[in-house]
Amino acid sequence: MSEKSVVKVALVSCGSEYAGVHKELESVAKSVDAKLVFPEIDVSSLDNIGRDFGIEAASPDLRLMMARARAVVEGMADVDGVFITSCFRCAEAAIVRNELRRYIHKYSDIPVISYSFTERTTAATLMTRMEALTTIARRKHLLAREHQTGLTAGIDSGSTTTKAVVMKDDRIIGSGWVPTIKVIESATEAFSRALEEAGVKQEDIQAIGTTGYGRFLVGEHFKAKLVQEEITVNSKGAVYLANKQKGPATVIDIGGMDNKAISVEDGIPGMFTMGGICAGASGRFLDMTAKRLGVDITELGALAVKGMQENVEMNSYCIVFGIQSLVNSLAKGSTPEDVAAAACYSVVEQIFEQQLQEVDVREPLILVGGSSLIEGVPKALSKLLKIEVLVPPNSHLIGAVGSALLASGFVEG
Amino acid sequence: MVKVIIYPTNSLILSDLVERFGHQPIAMMEKIKEKISTVSVDSPPLNITAEDPKMGLKYAAVEVPAGVRGRMAIVGPMIDDAQAGIIVNESPMAFGCMGCARTNELTKYLIRQRDMPVLEVDYPRGDNEEEAKEFVYKIAEFLKSLPKDEEEGKA
Repeated sequence: MSEKSVVKVALVSCGSEYAGVHKELESVAKSVDAKLVFPEIDVSSLDNIGRDFGIEAASPDLRLMMARARAVVEGMADVDGVFITSCFRCAEAAIVRNELRRYIHKYSDIPVISYSFTERTTAATLMTRMEALTTIARRKHLLAREHQTGLTAGIDSGSTTTKAVVMKDDRIIGSGWVPTIKVIESATEAFSRALEEAGVKQEDIQAIGTTGYGRFLVGEHFKAKLVQEEITVNSKGAVYLANKQKGPATVIDIGGMDNKAISVEDGIPGMFTMGGICAGASGRFLDMTAKRLGVDITELGALAVKGMQENVEMNSYCIVFGIQSLVNSLAKGSTPEDVAAAACYSVVEQIFEQQLQEVDVREPLILVGGSSLIEGVPKALSKLLKIEVLVPPNSHLIGAVGSALLASGFVEG
Repeated sequence: MVKVIIYPTNSLILSDLVERFGHQPIAMMEKIKEKISTVSVDSPPLNITAEDPKMGLKYAAVEVPAGVRGRMAIVGPMIDDAQAGIIVNESPMAFGCMGCARTNELTKYLIRQRDMPVLEVDYPRGDNEEEAKEFVYKIAEFLKSLPKDEEEGKA
């Protein structure tokens, strides 16, 4: 499909129309030039779909979801992506939603996302996910790019830090990393540092790519040729930096405010999840732990590898309670090393429990994002999953590198 | 002899039938026995701890209630271990019951997804003796059709 085509997204839901969120779903689809369609089905199939598909769900609308998913897989519905959604807190729907996502992923190459909504779900909440879904459908040729060519730059305007890189012919020749305070100013500062280190001028840059929370604002300011959400950019950047562009991989990106788990095949994301219940499963919790322990965030990792997580009971399910258990354990006499180890383990445990269930973990497992530099985090993840965790060089610059790489697709000649 | 998972997973009658035909039933009773006789775990009455629902995450997402995931932590590995399956639909509670409709749905689905011989039969209704005989006959024929030893199973 061409970049300008409208992406047809099959809505496989059990009643978003009744939940007061349908307008938001339509709105987010429109904003990424996509159209939600209901796959047509044979009504008579509803009588037997429970047995045919295998889940004899009590709710008829869940059976409708199964019939629609099957219509997508069997090609009866001509769609470019699938959005599976159901009510938050419905156990039966959660079972069906999860199995349908696996089913579509197994039997088709159509990108699929799933989400459980409440009446408070807004278009903004779904923006990154829907943007990633349409990008995978629309820009497969761009995502297939394996080499950075020419002189390009990438800026990742994240919630906590802003990163920039300048790249030339597959090499990072300059980088900048600053805390995000004001979006444009921080991006300018990071970009200037990268340019200075590279020894080039901004006007020499052939194409700029932006990503992260501030991507639109920064992209407009620097006239970026590529403004792209973090899921596709980071998965691309991860397999590029880890030199694992072919075959399967799993990318885990622990960011400052949220985290992402992405299942990748040949550098193109398949299934992915975003978020976490609370910032307790993000780099923010580690930042607060470091502050409470009176160490710099860069020293937390070294502290954590010396500690024993088992000695401290900590649960960062909620950042407030996480900090509370941190304070309690210190008050009981726990060592800073044990507390640092427990904090790292707790973040990783949250990611395991909340997100890794939603993607198929396939090796190599590539850990990226600022938190990957905290040595205790990859160690805890490796211990929990019992597999080797790969942290590529410059893993904290992942978004910026991915942007610079993809932006080079816009360099002519 | 093959390992046969039964549904309902705690049906004594089904378990007995599988055994009578020379196969190994994979049933809930055995797993619960293992749980409750595990020394040093003190989480009565079933010795299911907070770790079990976490293990159940392999089979059901975090949004699925802990009770379903706790059950799946036991049933999921049983399904993974099975070489054949028998599902009895619409059975009365006394025949066997997991006590949770969501777990039932997921269990049956996961058994059906396995690439192995699976027999599905409806429980005989009413007092019709012929239907009951037919029910047992179908199960018996299925069990007889399964390989008797490992080598035959591989072939």
